[in-house]
Amino acid sequence: MSWIWIVAVFVVFIIFLWSKYNSFILLRNRYENGWAQINVELKRRYDLIPNLVNSVKGYMTHEKEVFENVAKARSQAMQANTVAEHSKTESQLTNTLKSLFAVMENYPELKANENVMRLQEELTSTENRISFSRQFYNDIVMRYNQAIQLFPGNIIASMFNFGRQDYFEVDEAQVQDAPKVSL
Amino acid sequence: MMEGGGWTGMAIGFAIALIMSLVSFYSGDQVILTSVGAYKATREQHSQLINIVEELTMASGLPMPKVYVVPDLSPNAFAAGRDPEHSIVAVNEGLLRILNREELQGVIAHELSHIQNRDIMYATIVAVMLGVIVILSTMFRYSLFFGGSRRSSRDSGGGAIVILIGLLLAILAPIFAKIIQLAISRKREYLADSSAALMTRNPTGLANALNKLYKSSTPSVQVNEAIAPLYIAPLKGKNAQILFSTHPPIKDRIERLNKMAYKI
Repeated sequence: MSWIWIVAVFVVFIIFLWSKYNSFILLRNRYENGWAQINVELKRRYDLIPNLVNSVKGYMTHEKEVFENVAKARSQAMQANTVAEHSKTESQLTNTLKSLFAVMENYPELKANENVMRLQEELTSTENRISFSRQFYNDIVMRYNQAIQLFPGNIIASMFNFGRQDYFEVDEAQVQDAPKVSL
Repeated sequence: MMEGGGWTGMAIGFAIALIMSLVSFYSGDQVILTSVGAYKATREQHSQLINIVEELTMASGLPMPKVYVVPDLSPNAFAAGRDPEHSIVAVNEGLLRILNREELQGVIAHELSHIQNRDIMYATIVAVMLGVIVILSTMFRYSLFFGGSRRSSRDSGGGAIVILIGLLLAILAPIFAKIIQLAISRKREYLADSSAALMTRNPTGLANALNKLYKSSTPSVQVNEAIAPLYIAPLKGKNAQILFSTHPPIKDRIERLNKMAYKI
């Protein structure tokens, strides 16, 4: 009789293992999908930035430093590979872009340039998309990380090498208003 | 002769009502869009509007609704449709004119919240039904008006029933308006406001937008009371014939949003 019990326990264990393993895979696929979405928007941002810079350069002849910062942050961001690296470089890029937008406020003639306004709108929108899909991605990563850390899921996670996933965190510094030049 | 005409009219009216309620379920949004003269927003002309809607569908996980613009200078917006997969968001030209990006985002988030909270299906059906009842009661009024003098003394039951039904419909119309008010009650508006704040993580945008809507005095070209409850802000008509207030006081909504902003 006792062999039936052994088989029963074994079957229960297999079913448990099966379902846990699948739930980890599902969560991993979801955050990978979320990250892919973020990546599309990040790429779009890299493409839009030079366009905007080229259109405003002619107007803003005394803002070399701002442009250099943006260009540097952009090339650093483009070299990032992991989520953790992106967290760092994208924060930098977001903040330099914010200061560019703030400085642009000092050039009212830019408002009349349709191309500039369009590019600025596209960049703002891309920025928002990144931050909204970031929330979605981080929510899923949190669920995944919790699932692989909680007992007894953690045993199965370590058996199959499910590691912790990094959050995509962007700390946005409060950009102070660009200094107003009064003559 | 007249009697037969009355019954035929009623049968036609009934058939219209039946067809219209079916139509309202499957294409109520189209009926409403046509009645307000909305046109489709294009990426060329309304890039910001379409961008904002796309961003917020990312934030909320909703499918992309169809986006329309209504040629009306009174700042307002509404959502309609039978479910999130078949939903529309329509904004008045006046809204696009006076709101900045952040404020417009708040308003769109409010409308998407109505879609997410499934307020739109009920609102759309009731709006079309109310429209039908208004049409029917008008029809009956006219039939009484023109038929009455020619009605002979031998005319008995039929004519009386037509009059009765006409009166009944005239009474029903405002009751239906009341039902809409209850259905999309004030609570749903508050709920949509707070869902919008959650979606954008920015209650201030919507609060500022509501403040601008509150202050605006541009009258709406809409005279159609049936769709009033769908709008984000109360309709401001030239003839101000809104029977019931379908929305909570806008000042109260702004206050609640500002409290949320303080907490965040």
